[in-house]
Amino acid sequence: MQPFDLLASLPAIAAAVGLTITSIVVLALDMFLKESQRRNIAFVTAAGMFLTAGMMLAFWMPTAATEGLYWGGMVRFDMLATMFCVIALLGGGITALITIDVDKLGRSGEYYLIITVSTLGACLVSSASDLIMVFLGLETMTIPLYVLAAFRRDDKKSAESGMKYFLFGSFASAILLYGLSLIYGFTGSTNLYTIAEYMGSDAFTVNLVPVLVAITLIVVGFGFKISAAPFHFWTPDVYEGAPTPVTAFLSVVSKAASFALLVRFALTAFPPALAINGAEVQLFWTNLAAVLAVVSMIVGNLIALAQKNIKRMLAYSSIAQAGYTLIGVAALAADGREQAVAGISYYMLMYMFTNLLAFGVVILYSNATGKDDIRDFAGLSRRSPWMAIAMTIALLSLAGVPPGAGFLGKFFLFQAAVLSNLTWLALFGILMSLVALYYYLIVIKYMYVDKGEDEEQAIPVSGTYRWTLAVVTIVVILLGSFAVQPIFNWAMEGAQTLFASL
Amino acid sequence: MFCIGTYGVLARRNAVAILMSVELMLSAVNINLLAFWRYTAPENMAGQAFAAFVFVVAAAEAAVGLAIIISVYRSRRSVIVEDVNLLKG
Repeated sequence: MQPFDLLASLPAIAAAVGLTITSIVVLALDMFLKESQRRNIAFVTAAGMFLTAGMMLAFWMPTAATEGLYWGGMVRFDMLATMFCVIALLGGGITALITIDVDKLGRSGEYYLIITVSTLGACLVSSASDLIMVFLGLETMTIPLYVLAAFRRDDKKSAESGMKYFLFGSFASAILLYGLSLIYGFTGSTNLYTIAEYMGSDAFTVNLVPVLVAITLIVVGFGFKISAAPFHFWTPDVYEGAPTPVTAFLSVVSKAASFALLVRFALTAFPPALAINGAEVQLFWTNLAAVLAVVSMIVGNLIALAQKNIKRMLAYSSIAQAGYTLIGVAALAADGREQAVAGISYYMLMYMFTNLLAFGVVILYSNATGKDDIRDFAGLSRRSPWMAIAMTIALLSLAGVPPGAGFLGKFFLFQAAVLSNLTWLALFGILMSLVALYYYLIVIKYMYVDKGEDEEQAIPVSGTYRWTLAVVTIVVILLGSFAVQPIFNWAMEGAQTLFASL
Repeated sequence: MFCIGTYGVLARRNAVAILMSVELMLSAVNINLLAFWRYTAPENMAGQAFAAFVFVVAAAEAAVGLAIIISVYRSRRSVIVEDVNLLKG
């Protein structure tokens, strides 16, 4: 056993430490601030998260010398973890900022506290390298989300969405956990690296079938968390019923963290070379992922066509986005695997900004008018041209049209699929993106062509929203143009170090 | 036990009963973990620690779940899942 070195171990949980401090500060402020000043807690939360993310990037970047397993093998400190921690932190911070003027949420300290704790769970998930940590991180992330979905106690829809999310979510966790317990039983260890080592050795005598059963259970559990079809039933109801900022948070942070975990789990516990009784286990993973990708893309895109409520439409669109990202997971088994890991990281980064931008506009709109049907967006371009432009960029980016970041995100994923000899899957993804373009364009048509009811009344936009949405819009465009090279190369480096450690 | 729990979640209509079924599934996981720990790696405490964590998290989950169910019950006077159908589509 190595001697414990606190200073060397701290960077591995820098995000968790930063978020714990933030949550304590938020809790204290909630007690001491007057009702009229509580709005400022949003700034404190966002500042805490951005500061943590900035410090991680500036001082605690993992290098070849420092990366590895820390805290008794519980967490792994590497580029992939850092990248997904930063995604979660930025997502949480932006969510806090776009909640600030929302009725009943913006002024309650406990809301920001729960957001912070959930982000903490997401950070733990993205660096977890032990079954215990995997489970704890996932639950730290999701239990606060149940509370958040049901946060508006006076609103029937919110309570109902909370209950649905809770019932589906806890069921999924139980299934996932059963899969994890089986894996533990086969190998007698909870560390992902030890598990892989043991399964690759001759001492491993378990039959192939039980291992595949365990993998299937785990994939079903993850399928719920990333809202991939056919495990998507909760998604539209929860997205529609939950308060909009919560929907925004849930759609990006928990999805990004679950994908980070899925990639890490698929690659470390079942590395590419691992074969049990001559059968390559990883092919089973990736084939499952390919099936889920196809089903999610079909279900998400086709049902989204028929939606009238913008939040429901975005829910089905997020199922479809999970499908595109799963193409990357399916490409993990062959030559395109480095490209695939980098592609998934990039896609989640750009998806976080893009989706938060779209939801930010929806929040502003429904806050001012109390409506959230697609039809209600009619004439927005004449009411508030800047909001319409921001929404257009977000939707085009989700659809994968340049200059939005979504184009390059999809490009990298499909490229990885082609490199891994999954050209049919890439072509299918492209076909489905065309279908998706239709329902995104319908919203744009309503905003620009159709006549609204009270067009001369501009929507009031407070300074915080103006700045946040402007910055996020610029980031989305930058990610689709100039910033893509450094970020993608960074993600690629992360992918390479991950494979080097296997 | 896991199968009984799964059946319960899928077949029950009462939210509290579904919660109980989920708890049953978690107990199945715990028994699994402890049995495996005892027979495969008793020198390594990881399995026992895992089971302890499952207990703790299950308790937290049940607390949050019951709170949500109570808030639904207050607004609609029912915990039958099929009656809770405001969101559809």
